[in-house]
Amino acid sequence: MTDTLDTSSVIGRPLRRKEDAKLLHGRTNWTDNIQLPGTLHMAIVRSPMAHAKVTKVDVSEALKQPNVVAAYNAAELGDLNSVVPCVWPVTDDTVMPPFPALTGDKVRHVGDCVAVVLATDAASAEDALAYVDVEYEPLPAVVNMIDAISPGSELVHGDATNNTCYVYDLGGGYEDELAKHSDVVRVKRRFVNQRLIPAFMEPRAVVAAPMGMSDEITVWTSTQIPHVLRVLLQLVTGIPEQNLRIIAPDVGGGFGGKLQCYREEILVTQLARKLGRPVKWNETRSEDMVATHHGRDQIQDIELAATKDGKFIGLKVDLLANMGGYLQIITPGIPLLGMFMYPAIYKMDAYQFQCTGVFTNSTPTDAYRGAGRPEATFAIERIVDEMAAELGMEPMELRTKNWIEHHEFPFTTVAGLTYDTGNYEAATAKAMDMFGYHELRAEQKARRESGDPVQLGIGISTFTEMCGLAPSRTLGALKYAAGGWEHCTIRLLPSGKVELVTGTSPHGQGHETAWSQIASEILGIPVDDIDVIHSDTGRSPYGMDTYGSRSLAVGGQAIKKAADRVIENARPIAAHQLECSANDLEFANGAFSVKGDPEKTVTLGALAWAAFAAHNLPDGVEPMISGEATVDPEDFSYPHGTHLAAMEVDTETGKVKLRKYVCVDDVGNQVNPMIVEGQVHGGLAQGIGQALYEGAEYDSDGNLLTASLADYLIPSAADLPSFETGSTVTPSTTHSLGTKGVGEAGAIASTPAIINGIVDALRPMGVTDVLMPASPQNVWRAIQAAKGASA
Amino acid sequence: MQHITVTVDGTEYQSEVEPRTLLVHWLREGLGKVGTVVGCDTSNCGACTILVDGQSVKSCSMLAVQADGCEITTIQGLSTGDDWHPVQTAFKECHGLQCGYCTPGMVMSTVDLLTENPNPTEEEIRDGIHGNLCRCTGYHNIVKSVKYAADLMGGSK
Ligand code: FES
Ligand code: FES
Repeated sequence: MTDTLDTSSVIGRPLRRKEDAKLLHGRTNWTDNIQLPGTLHMAIVRSPMAHAKVTKVDVSEALKQPNVVAAYNAAELGDLNSVVPCVWPVTDDTVMPPFPALTGDKVRHVGDCVAVVLATDAASAEDALAYVDVEYEPLPAVVNMIDAISPGSELVHGDATNNTCYVYDLGGGYEDELAKHSDVVRVKRRFVNQRLIPAFMEPRAVVAAPMGMSDEITVWTSTQIPHVLRVLLQLVTGIPEQNLRIIAPDVGGGFGGKLQCYREEILVTQLARKLGRPVKWNETRSEDMVATHHGRDQIQDIELAATKDGKFIGLKVDLLANMGGYLQIITPGIPLLGMFMYPAIYKMDAYQFQCTGVFTNSTPTDAYRGAGRPEATFAIERIVDEMAAELGMEPMELRTKNWIEHHEFPFTTVAGLTYDTGNYEAATAKAMDMFGYHELRAEQKARRESGDPVQLGIGISTFTEMCGLAPSRTLGALKYAAGGWEHCTIRLLPSGKVELVTGTSPHGQGHETAWSQIASEILGIPVDDIDVIHSDTGRSPYGMDTYGSRSLAVGGQAIKKAADRVIENARPIAAHQLECSANDLEFANGAFSVKGDPEKTVTLGALAWAAFAAHNLPDGVEPMISGEATVDPEDFSYPHGTHLAAMEVDTETGKVKLRKYVCVDDVGNQVNPMIVEGQVHGGLAQGIGQALYEGAEYDSDGNLLTASLADYLIPSAADLPSFETGSTVTPSTTHSLGTKGVGEAGAIASTPAIINGIVDALRPMGVTDVLMPASPQNVWRAIQAAKGASA
Repeated sequence: MQHITVTVDGTEYQSEVEPRTLLVHWLREGLGKVGTVVGCDTSNCGACTILVDGQSVKSCSMLAVQADGCEITTIQGLSTGDDWHPVQTAFKECHGLQCGYCTPGMVMSTVDLLTENPNPTEEEIRDGIHGNLCRCTGYHNIVKSVKYAADLMGGSK
């Protein structure tokens, strides 16, 4: 039987992770490890061209190659060539072009799928690709968004009239509001939020197998969303949902890139079904770079208006958002997740927003860490700095003047969100103190005065974001097809151990540890006696998975509610055993005891056995102790924080050095501060990566120039400093554990901090923007352009 | 097919391999040593790092036939059973891993780094592991882990 312990503070402890023993000893089960007898390996003929008519796809020679068992083009796949689903048409007239798993008519980006070959080993399948005879009739590639929406542009989708996917117009009355003021200062900029590649370290892999003993097809896939994928796969393949079992084994990172129903998942599943044997596919990194969806890629026209003394009046945003060649799961909706966040932490009276989704001959875009919110945060935090320069104000002072003050919460923003709690003053004061803000400003002044070739800049980002997707009704109102709830079932096993089944699906976030902490705190059962079951629709049938910093914010509430129900369901059995009324019982540290008679006590573990044996249960009480809850959150979650970067910029070479990075994040109550910090660190590296190193680049023919890890620079240890992180705690009032999301905070906040720092260093030279990534070349160009302009 | 004899994690294996087979594929598919993983096809990520005769090597950049006669240690042979190598302990203690995909390579590189330099500075650590990419941790806690491992192994005083 399980001992009880004092668990009064299991929540909030930096417990070391349960997950780590197996990960550190190589006892892992990545999808690529799965080797089933009789497996056929799938390889894919991918288009080398960005845009071309496909006039011939002949697989007959490939079929003659050694070990090849089958090969198909789109037509030969017939009904099994299912479409890739998009669940977020953002307007009534969003153009939703057909997106079959194998394309038959045209290729629309480099890496588009034309045919598949299946062989008994992976190398043979790969070798046979060269024998598939494909003829392409090249068409001009539509690469640049501005060209794409110009009249007369080549069309990505032939039956459309232009390359516009949708125009989303929120309206907003910006000019009307400005007309009420006599002293308006307007600052307008165009920012380019460049295309990024998720580049999780584990390439994608899928195995599907008909299970024989039933009609079940099991699909193991490196995904963030086994539950959502099951729903989507049944929709597009017609395989009954109850016959599909989706398992996400160990998953090596996702960052939104594995929040998808990929064509390879559809193909592997359909081919396993057709051929009646296991089919496996795993991608090479080069394939990943063109075939996994990309992120960001927006051109942002933004105008901020303020009074002369620096009170914000209104904000106008007009976006071009690159959809790529097709729409994936939520491609059109990504910019809308940003739509709400442009006004950020600031008070103003008018907000106007418009976004045009544009098709181009490039890999489809979709969620990448932050999904829409980093873009918004970048633009607003950059334009606030530009406004400060225009007004001649200190940028932090301008922020202070306009942000929501802590006593004003709950606060409904001009974008219509109601932030429950926040304390921007506290986080900022702490961050400035840790940073040595005033000392660094003094150093900056000295360097400016001495004409030091290496200038110092201070980059500020005071951000908030909406995460923890989300109230289902709100999502419905935005035309998102699914809800935003989360599920948990907690069962006491006869041994007194606990099985906690969650609908979240971790891939590095440490859910097994953190969820155990929450249940341990409530149930008074040791963390090690709680087993967290996840990511397998066979064992965890109901859930909405992991993305958008939702797992703790939403899933955590389901755990709390389920655990509370366990106690309530155990109570009548405890009362029966202790021969008292249920109302006379109190529950603490894993045991019920009789009020006023603490000697009379029974542990949950003992009750679990009593329920299992069922020899002596009260009448009408069922022989099981469990609790189940599905929680639809009251609202989004609004973490915030202040990030500060000290940037040294060599004005002669354009070389940039991140000297110091300080951030104070407020994510409400923390279940495991060690994991929280780790999440922030990882986000910082990705956000700083966008600012300084990363960028997917296409040439004018639509070839991806950054198609390997040699060309696409994800930061290495040598490219980053250690970070100084801190936190303030302003608990959420809309989430039952008082927690807020943390997974994306670092990635959202850090990019503008870095660029603001670089521009701040160069502002005396007349520089007002630097293109990302701020490579020495881009920085040097900005300096030269400013010199040219002032000459 | 070529005959090779290789000792992996303390066991000697005899095998017939195709000359083009990469060492990492032979380890994973030939021997089932799936603790070692593949993250790229350009020798950039370091996820496949192992020790060959005590030196860290990216096992995707070597052919299986080149390992003939060598002694190899993978993450699965670094410690036996429930034992922990100090580097493994340090990574757990300092939260030096999240998804764990880069971890086998990161740990093996660290073992090599600390053999060559038992008391590295932060800069030497960052330089020493710059061939191992991690997308999850931002390296902050990996650097801490390496320092802590150096402490555990008696390197830094
Ligand atoms: S697999 Fe990337 S370096 Fe070996
Ligand atoms: S822990 Fe995920 S890549 Fe390093």
